[in-house]
Amino acid sequence: MQRFNALSLLRRSVRGHQGWRPHWRDPAPKPAYDAVIIGGGGHGLGTAFHLARDHGMRDIAVLERGWIGGGNTGRNTTVIRSNYLFDESAALYDHALKLWSGLSQTLNYNVMFSPRGVMMLAHTLHDVQVGRRHVHANRLNGVDNEWLTPEQAKAFCPPLSIGPGLRYPVLGAALQRRGGTARHDAVAWGYARAADAMGVDIIQNSEVTAIRRDAQGAVSGVETTRGAIRTKKIGVVAAGHTSVVMAMAGLRLPLESYPLQALVSEPVKPVFPCVVMSNSIHAYISQSDKGELVIGAGTDAYVSYSQRGGLHIAAHTLEAICELFPRFRRLRMLRNWAGIVDVTPDRSPIIAKTPVAGLYVNCGWGTGGFKATPGSAHVFAWTMAKDAPHPINAPFTMERFREGKLIDEAAAAAVAH
Amino acid sequence: MLLIDCPFCGERPELEFSYGGEAHIARTPDTASDDGWTAFLYDRTNPKGIHAERWRHVHGCGRFFNALRDTVSDKFRATYRIGEARPELE
Repeated sequence: MQRFNALSLLRRSVRGHQGWRPHWRDPAPKPAYDAVIIGGGGHGLGTAFHLARDHGMRDIAVLERGWIGGGNTGRNTTVIRSNYLFDESAALYDHALKLWSGLSQTLNYNVMFSPRGVMMLAHTLHDVQVGRRHVHANRLNGVDNEWLTPEQAKAFCPPLSIGPGLRYPVLGAALQRRGGTARHDAVAWGYARAADAMGVDIIQNSEVTAIRRDAQGAVSGVETTRGAIRTKKIGVVAAGHTSVVMAMAGLRLPLESYPLQALVSEPVKPVFPCVVMSNSIHAYISQSDKGELVIGAGTDAYVSYSQRGGLHIAAHTLEAICELFPRFRRLRMLRNWAGIVDVTPDRSPIIAKTPVAGLYVNCGWGTGGFKATPGSAHVFAWTMAKDAPHPINAPFTMERFREGKLIDEAAAAAVAH
Repeated sequence: MLLIDCPFCGERPELEFSYGGEAHIARTPDTASDDGWTAFLYDRTNPKGIHAERWRHVHGCGRFFNALRDTVSDKFRATYRIGEARPELE
């Protein structure tokens, strides 16, 4: 691996940037691996990285149907925060947030993590009560979160309109200063490069078509569009397509897949210093380093794999954005798209062993998986390597639905479901 | 926005309808067990392809019906009344 530092950049630049090599190899699949990860997004590549670095498993393949980071990792709005209500969630998401702060150094790759603050608006008395409850719960769990008056919210985010005539009056806001954004592509590329350097094979354009089981029912391999691969351990990290992959092993999961939309505006000068989200009127917004306003909308109501989403969903969000930030009314939107998100009934993920020996699943991140990428990858690699959950992901089983131990974060998600 | 063919009213825009989740998930005597109840409440087919689902024409006739929709293209392949068997598609 060519390490990046100021000296190496300088040396290459005076030579006209000749001699940079690809960040990862493009290997053909081998006939067998110690472990196979299905899904080359941030969570899957991160899992391979932690398996290789923390658990000494170097004989690993990451199988990606398209190109790495081309699914939800490259489609989300890159918001990072950990202000979830329940103890289990706060532990999981704050674990991730702590890893975010050192991720660029860990990977020797600039993921552009920017803790610029995430502010969640309250528009009704109910919002205020819920928001304050979150602030208190977070502080008890050691997660920073503070309550702002409308004037303080406006001072933190000057474009915000807080006037009394608003259709959606701002009554207050919860601010997590450690929250922010990161460069989504760099997360996938950084993990891929670091995992590849430790011997992990990243195999793109390789769709899994079947999961093989042995006579005892344990997994024995996968079939792909690039040939069969033998393995005793399979980690499924397939986001919206998890149900499709798990059906190959005969499992039905408590998941439904929906298109979640995002949009970007034409690029403008720096105007927006933080991330603002509104649960009840369904909008979130930040500004990328390129200058585009990055806007997140909601999910469609029905199950779909279309990666498109209905226009009225995006229009609804833009109406709210124009009301909250009147100066953006004349901005043009450049692109909109959707990612397919797998949603569980309690809006918390499943990071667990399955009833099939050797088969592990990391799914159900719904509308908010990007923020958890480093933590998710770390605890899922632990679970796969030791065949037992890390204490942080121990509550996030499939069996919690049978046992009634739901981690009901539906209200904590940034958007109303 | 989708055009949905209500079996009672004909084609109407998606905004007139509300989605009711996967169809043909019935409560049976098996549902009384923990596993049966879990499956009934939570486990879903979530297919990439033809999905049997419930819709309600909430801003129209107000009635529930079932539909077969392709979840890749979002194209409706058939709509049919509650109680009717799932139609065969060629």
